[in-house]
Amino acid sequence: MSHTLNAQCDDCPVHNLGNLTKLGINMAQFDFVVALAGNPNTGKSTVFNALTGLRQHTGNWPGKTVTRAEGGFVYANKRFKLVDLPGTYSLLSTSTDEEVARDFILFGQPDVTVIVVDATRLERNLNLVLQVLEITDRAVVCLNLMDEAKRHNIAVDPRRLAKDLGVPVVAAAARQEEGIPELLKNVYDVATGAYVCRPHRLERTAPRLEKAIRELTSKISAEFPHLPNTRWIALRLLEGDQKIIDAIHSGELGQLSRHTQRSLTAVQA
Amino acid sequence: MKKITNKESILTSANTLRWEIGEHIHDSLVEAIYADAHQIATRSVTAPTVKPRYNFDQRLDKLITSRMFGFPLMFLLLALVFWLTVEGANVPSSYIAVLLVDTVHPLLRNFFTMAGAPWWLTGVVVDGVWLAMAWVISVMLPPMAIFFPLFTLLEDFGYLPRVAFNMDSLFRRAGAHGKQSLSMTMGFGCNAAGVVATRIIDSPRERLIAIITNNFSLCNGRWPTQILIASIFFGALVPAHLAGLVTASAVVAVAVLGIFFTLAVSWGLSKTMLKGEASAFSLELPPYRPPQLWQTLYTSLIDRTAIVLWRAIVFAAPAGAVIWLVSNIHVGNLSLAEHFINWSNPFGILLGINGVILLAYIIAIPANEIVIPTVLMLTVLSVKLSGIGAGAGVMFELDEANAVADVLRAGGWTFLTGLNLMLFSLLHNPCSTTIFTIYKETKSLKWTTVATVIPLIMGFVICFLVAQIWRLIAVSL
Repeated sequence: MSHTLNAQCDDCPVHNLGNLTKLGINMAQFDFVVALAGNPNTGKSTVFNALTGLRQHTGNWPGKTVTRAEGGFVYANKRFKLVDLPGTYSLLSTSTDEEVARDFILFGQPDVTVIVVDATRLERNLNLVLQVLEITDRAVVCLNLMDEAKRHNIAVDPRRLAKDLGVPVVAAAARQEEGIPELLKNVYDVATGAYVCRPHRLERTAPRLEKAIRELTSKISAEFPHLPNTRWIALRLLEGDQKIIDAIHSGELGQLSRHTQRSLTAVQA
Repeated sequence: MKKITNKESILTSANTLRWEIGEHIHDSLVEAIYADAHQIATRSVTAPTVKPRYNFDQRLDKLITSRMFGFPLMFLLLALVFWLTVEGANVPSSYIAVLLVDTVHPLLRNFFTMAGAPWWLTGVVVDGVWLAMAWVISVMLPPMAIFFPLFTLLEDFGYLPRVAFNMDSLFRRAGAHGKQSLSMTMGFGCNAAGVVATRIIDSPRERLIAIITNNFSLCNGRWPTQILIASIFFGALVPAHLAGLVTASAVVAVAVLGIFFTLAVSWGLSKTMLKGEASAFSLELPPYRPPQLWQTLYTSLIDRTAIVLWRAIVFAAPAGAVIWLVSNIHVGNLSLAEHFINWSNPFGILLGINGVILLAYIIAIPANEIVIPTVLMLTVLSVKLSGIGAGAGVMFELDEANAVADVLRAGGWTFLTGLNLMLFSLLHNPCSTTIFTIYKETKSLKWTTVATVIPLIMGFVICFLVAQIWRLIAVSL
């Protein structure tokens, strides 16, 4: 890039890519927390490396990442803390990995959750995506392994997908570092509230279940008015999820809604 | 008060509703998710009816996981990786040794003497600490810099889950988890890394089995020992053109023996201390992906170099100091080292080894790579050979295996000693890094002790048995 750019370039976030600094250290102060979720073996660690400049060991087998990695980066003068969650197929079962991932998204309250998805196995990966979208309404889907998809002659339409899911979808091939700038921009927009997601929520459940959900949801909203995911909380209560029950007892759930309030007012300010 | 009542009411309604809805909420929820996923996916994805690369994957898998070719291919690959590491490391090792030991060491010595340092300071720092570090770097760095990138390439390719698939039934019959094969494979590079890799096993019981048996994977630090001893005691038995092949076969045999012990001890543990059922699991066989050759080699190389250098500073340096001190601090008219060697020699002979080896293994608890140089130095000391090395407690590199063989034979080593040294190297306690890692992973003093002691006791027992059988045969011949 030459130095004869006009003043407007300075304000454009894409130009600020030049400011992208990769901090590989534990940041004491940061502006936003970003969680990295997704099925095992979808390239989360590769995306993590691309964003933070750290060199986690990557490998083509599920379960490669066994330590939760944290790193950071700066984009458009904002400091982001990135947390690489262990790969999970679902958030509904009881394995420790899946609990860790779920608890972080629910209680850790990341400002954005990036869900890394394997473009060659979209339908299976959507299982996790839909579950995450039930918990949080600030997410970006990273449609990774697009180079593999091309090799298999699989075409995925990110725009159609974004429309159906209600969140930004960024096509990427993290191994070749393709799509990373767009991913950064979308993460930034969702984190700052410049882009408001309308995440797809599950609709096709049995009528009896629906009635029960409605009843519980109204009670929960009355008690915790600012939760973005009352429906999901209701579902977990109906399934008897002990952690959620405890969170209601202890009032931790109430603290969640207050955090959301805080971030809402911060954005509006 | 009102708030609490509200929360309680939420929970009580949830309970009541749960009873009303019945048990199948989970199922209907999952069905709903899958239905939505299907609809969304069909709208966004266009896939061809014939998937050419899937055919390649499937055909390759048919070969790799077949009953006939699966295991032979695995062993062949192991032998190939081994051979590449050994051959590739030879030249760099000698270059580094020439630099650090032949060139820098005398320079350092002169510097210290000219600066007027007391003899003991020169001894500890130059002859102890520096030589230990120099040896470890020259011996360890090239093999690790070759093995780990090769391993990473295999990982990236997607081969490892196929290994898990092939060995799954073996591990299940041993009462262990199929994924243990993956942590076992990692252990061939470094046991500490193998122990950390056991995190992929969910069941605590099976994870413990994997941790305890990881030590039977021959880690990189032990390969030089195995290769040198094999070339002296096995390779020397055959004509020169077969020596390389025989040496490599002997080492591969020891590695395979290690795998056998992994399975056997897992079986033993699951019948006694860690009783339980083998858990079911599903492991996705990922598609084969072309590894990024140059990028992987480059990053792996940098990583491994950094780690080896760090290890040399943290472990080898203090060990070097200890060796020098133990050989130069005299009580009565013998050094501490000599006292211990004499005292422990009967026990050593009983096991088919000797007191020198026992002392060397105690000193080498921090890092396996120090064993051979310590053995050599202590042998020279105990036999009081003159003209070799640079004095008491000074580790040295003998340039040819023949020279090493001469020293060892002068120290009373026989074929049995060599054989049992190879076995003991496979079976002794884990190095201190691994012990520390085990403690961090299990957070249990009890299991850390078990993991340390079981291999050691097995080492003693197996060496003892082999020695007795050998002597019986020798007597009856």
